[in-house]
Amino acid sequence: MTRLRRMVLPAVGIASMLALWSLVSAAIAPDLPSPLRTWEESRRYVLEPFFKEGEMNQGIGRLAFYSLLRVAKGYALALAIGTPLGFLLGLSRTFRDAFDPIIQFLRPISPLAWLPLGLVVFQRSEPAAIFTIALCAMWPTVINTAVGVRAISPEHLNVGRVLRLSRWTMLTRIVVPASLPHVFTGWRLSLGLAWLVIVASEMLTGTPGVGGFLWQEYNSLVYSHILLSVVTIGAIGFALDRLMGLVEARFKAV
Amino acid sequence: MAFLEVRGVTKGFEGARGRRQVLGGVDLELEEGAFVAIVGASGSGKTTLVSLMAGLLAPDAGEIRLDGARVTGPGPERGVVFQQYSLLPWMTVRENVGLAVDAVRAGQPAAARRARTDELIALVGLGAAAGKRPRELSGGMRQRVAVARGLAMEPRLLLLDEPFSALDALTRATLQDELQRICATTRSTGILVTNDVDEAILLSDRVHALTPGPGAVLGPAIPVALPRPRERRHLSLSPAYQQARRDIVLSLRTCRTTPASEAHHERAAAPRDLDAGQELSGALGPG
Repeated sequence: MTRLRRMVLPAVGIASMLALWSLVSAAIAPDLPSPLRTWEESRRYVLEPFFKEGEMNQGIGRLAFYSLLRVAKGYALALAIGTPLGFLLGLSRTFRDAFDPIIQFLRPISPLAWLPLGLVVFQRSEPAAIFTIALCAMWPTVINTAVGVRAISPEHLNVGRVLRLSRWTMLTRIVVPASLPHVFTGWRLSLGLAWLVIVASEMLTGTPGVGGFLWQEYNSLVYSHILLSVVTIGAIGFALDRLMGLVEARFKAV
Repeated sequence: MAFLEVRGVTKGFEGARGRRQVLGGVDLELEEGAFVAIVGASGSGKTTLVSLMAGLLAPDAGEIRLDGARVTGPGPERGVVFQQYSLLPWMTVRENVGLAVDAVRAGQPAAARRARTDELIALVGLGAAAGKRPRELSGGMRQRVAVARGLAMEPRLLLLDEPFSALDALTRATLQDELQRICATTRSTGILVTNDVDEAILLSDRVHALTPGPGAVLGPAIPVALPRPRERRHLSLSPAYQQARRDIVLSLRTCRTTPASEAHHERAAAPRDLDAGQELSGALGPG
């Protein structure tokens, strides 16, 4: 019964979404392709996902691969900077007092604002896009790590104090493992953000990828391909989050 | 000069409703090899006293000296078995105990440290569970790990903070007997803090009552004139046992230091390291 519910109810949700989409395209916005037309005009991109006929005219699998690669680089950079930063913020009161205000100040800045700055600094679109992804995606990691460190039970820290563990042993054997669940939540949220930023950064830099493709097809009036890109972005975002959820569950089972 | 000297130690905490004086001048002397119990009601400041002796807290006034050296911070020579076990959940039993062994025997080869760890785990009867994590263990098994870790510190003074208060009566009795055996084997100097009068008598050479706070002080030493090893079954029949029990209960009742008018300060502060609302187990009632 519950198994059936879990199969049927999401299907009902998807069906009503498709119905709404059809309704809008039929009644309100004639320029918006219906689901069926979207499929017909996009089938080649989906069925031959890795064809390539020029910079922007490529199968959706190939485009998604470019985007994923870019996100992976930006995300890796976000973790590499954000995690140690979070530990420093959580461990040192001085560091926190010095840098917490500036972090709260930088955090709400949109990727659309960072990207032009990235272009000014790096002169090339690829590093600018990676820079933007990293800068926007790292905040949940920074903040969750800091919170995780501060949330470590004093009882666990007292064990280390009684044993007079060295700073390094304290960090590796107690502080890091104790805050890992929080850190991982940060990593998961950061991955979601990194994927969110990819479209904006590819749009503005015009680099090949799902977001770049979306923007180019909008400019060439192929609206069905916008929808194809949107669906692809959603599907990949969903898959990434599920994947992180699985890894997280394994982590927390320890 | 005694091995452990506690002189005029006071400690208070700031709370939402003003300051709460937990300890109001505690004095205690302990010679090497002795095992002393401190009995007190919940909230009387037992955990605060242990934390002070462990060096996890600093006294407001007074001083604590171990073998002449003033206690200024925590260290493995004053090993603690914490009330909440405080095992590290991401480590196996062997890693939890090994952390202490590695810290205390840092100069020794890894194989020797490993052997020492296994020896301690066997001493508390957990050989079969060495690879398990705390969450896979029962409360009693967790406390055994905590005892093994406390011993792994090779403390000159072993501090036991209500080690069995979270356990059911059967497990508690078993572990009390084991602790008695272990302490006889290792000849530890120890302080057991408890709210259980029978536990105090069973395990210690003498018992001090900690008066109900605020401003708790230690009552006079009540000797436990019972030969060792002590056999739980025959204990309650012996006159020495009954005498000690009467004296302790009397001491707990009479050594009130605080006028009733100050009692409203009692719940003012609830810092983490105070005893959190545990019922007095059995013994402190009338009779």
